[in-house]
Amino acid sequence: MTTATPPVKEPKNYLNAEHGLRSWLLTQDHKRIAILYLIAVSAFFVVGGLMAVLIRLELATPAGDLMDSNTYNKVFTMHGVIMIFFFLIPSIPAILGNFLLPLMIGAKDLAFPRINLISWYVYMLGGTFGVIVLLSGGVDTGWTFYTPFSSSYSNGYVVLTALAAFINGFSSILTGLNFIVTVHRMRAPGLTWFRLPLFVWAHYSTSVIMILGTPVIAVTLFLLMLERGLHIGFFDPAYGGDPVLFQHLFWFYSHPAVYIMILPSMGVISEVISTFSSKKPFGYTFIAFSSVAIAVFGFLVWGHHLYVSSQSAYAGMVFSILSYIVAIPSAIKVFNWAATMYKGSVRLEAPMLYAIGFIGLFTVGGLTGLFLAAMGLDVHLTDTYFVIAHFHYVMVGGAIMGYQAGIHFWWPKIVGRMYPRAWATVAAILTFVGFNLTFFPQFILGYLGMPRRYHVYPPEFQVFNVLSSAGASVLGLGYLIPAIYLIWSIKNGEPAGANPWGATGLEWQTSSPPPTENFEVTPVVTTEAYDYTALTLTTQEVTHVG
Amino acid sequence: MAAHEEHHVVPKSVYFAVFTALIVLTWVTAWISTKDLGSSSLNVAVALSIAVFKASLVVLFFMHVKYGTKLTKMIVGIGIVWLLMLLFIVMIDFWTRTWMGVAGR
Repeated sequence: MTTATPPVKEPKNYLNAEHGLRSWLLTQDHKRIAILYLIAVSAFFVVGGLMAVLIRLELATPAGDLMDSNTYNKVFTMHGVIMIFFFLIPSIPAILGNFLLPLMIGAKDLAFPRINLISWYVYMLGGTFGVIVLLSGGVDTGWTFYTPFSSSYSNGYVVLTALAAFINGFSSILTGLNFIVTVHRMRAPGLTWFRLPLFVWAHYSTSVIMILGTPVIAVTLFLLMLERGLHIGFFDPAYGGDPVLFQHLFWFYSHPAVYIMILPSMGVISEVISTFSSKKPFGYTFIAFSSVAIAVFGFLVWGHHLYVSSQSAYAGMVFSILSYIVAIPSAIKVFNWAATMYKGSVRLEAPMLYAIGFIGLFTVGGLTGLFLAAMGLDVHLTDTYFVIAHFHYVMVGGAIMGYQAGIHFWWPKIVGRMYPRAWATVAAILTFVGFNLTFFPQFILGYLGMPRRYHVYPPEFQVFNVLSSAGASVLGLGYLIPAIYLIWSIKNGEPAGANPWGATGLEWQTSSPPPTENFEVTPVVTTEAYDYTALTLTTQEVTHVG
Repeated sequence: MAAHEEHHVVPKSVYFAVFTALIVLTWVTAWISTKDLGSSSLNVAVALSIAVFKASLVVLFFMHVKYGTKLTKMIVGIGIVWLLMLLFIVMIDFWTRTWMGVAGR
């Protein structure tokens, strides 16, 4: 007679605490809401990515042989709208921020769990409008909606697209509000402001931008809808408006929005670099305050997008100087990350590879931004592929590399399982190589004068475009491979344990995946952030006892 | 308990008074838009002044900022400063566009 071995029961955690679709759609657990965001945001990333594939296929040859101009306009517009409003802006704050912020500060949840769930539904509502636009035939204004083309001449679904971004903005505001109140009110005993992880500082700064900037884009898009629908003159000179006013209002939000995308990523990088160097971040206070400085100064530079409009040259000078100033806090971070690695015990795990990739690519993106902040040089480079290359180095090389670093770093915490590390290393290298092959040739194309938003170009530009399209296929592989092994690891990965990387944050002191209430007992913080000596002591004690 | 003690109960009469003021001021805005005050700038200035006053009533009484903590008032203040910053910097452009004597420059 054989005795069946009873199955080992998995400890209760947020994933198995409740079952069924209803338990997910009505959840108020920040961790489950983060998963809802992960699924939705990833779906939009796939759609936006498919648009990028179409763009790169079209640009592989100088002739417009895949689609006509009108369709091409719609494809690059939908690529921009989806990637910016529905992927980049919510990606790290709504997924990793939602999941980690309460864990990092020793709280049971965010301050307003219901508002957190509402923010996801608002995001989905905005996203639904976006999908309706896509299925109905799209919009051709570019993601910037410049007037008077958007308000008077475009034949696309401008109002519906603006409405999608308008609604989505409220989701952003609700998330930012929740984060600010949570950080102020729900920190564990002993967790003073200067003991907070730098990820929290970055998200706090991001939330400030979300709250102060997003209402302005909402109002701007609302005015655009009024002008297009009711012909009330705000921006179109034909109705007595000023088109440059639209650009002012649009970029007052949309330039800081770049920092909504990059600051959370910088927060991730600070955590990853510190952990995989086993060293406290060099200049903790400087990194923390540089996040705040970026949030503040980032609001004062929008006019560098308007140099070739009829904006006053005097205003341009002010914006140019301020644009150089905002580079300083970004540079502080880069130098401090490099100094953190210096003489650290550096481990080249996948999250660290992504983080190192981030530093290199963001540095290139940031430095080329200085080219564009120079009023004279910008006249030559405006609306060329140089601009495209610059902001993809910041948004893809920076924000998405940081997102991937974060996903690889906290995945064991999120699902409780480890992914295949060798494959992750391959993916990180492929992403870095593919990215550079895609976007570096675009700097040259732009400098040589190839304008953005055209699908037909002179034959002499083909070699760089072919390099770029080839790079995009490698980059696509760099995104596809993690999607496969991360999903695979949910069921098949090795159990990760509470702290697989030897990291110091509070989130690593609870089980993986964490229980619904995050901690068995509320943690009391008695040490500074990133205290690796305390971690070593604890590990030694545990080893000794064991 | 401290939080409960700080909570301020506003009499209904205050809400009704504010509501009445908002309705009256809306009527004044509509009425004054039909009058020629001498220049269109003056008409706009008067309309905006009434709008700002109405917004202040809503923020102070309906949104309870008048009875809020210093932190609440500071947050509202930052929002106003941010709005003024947007308007001021945009106006730098408008004020100086013609200085070079070239249209748009």
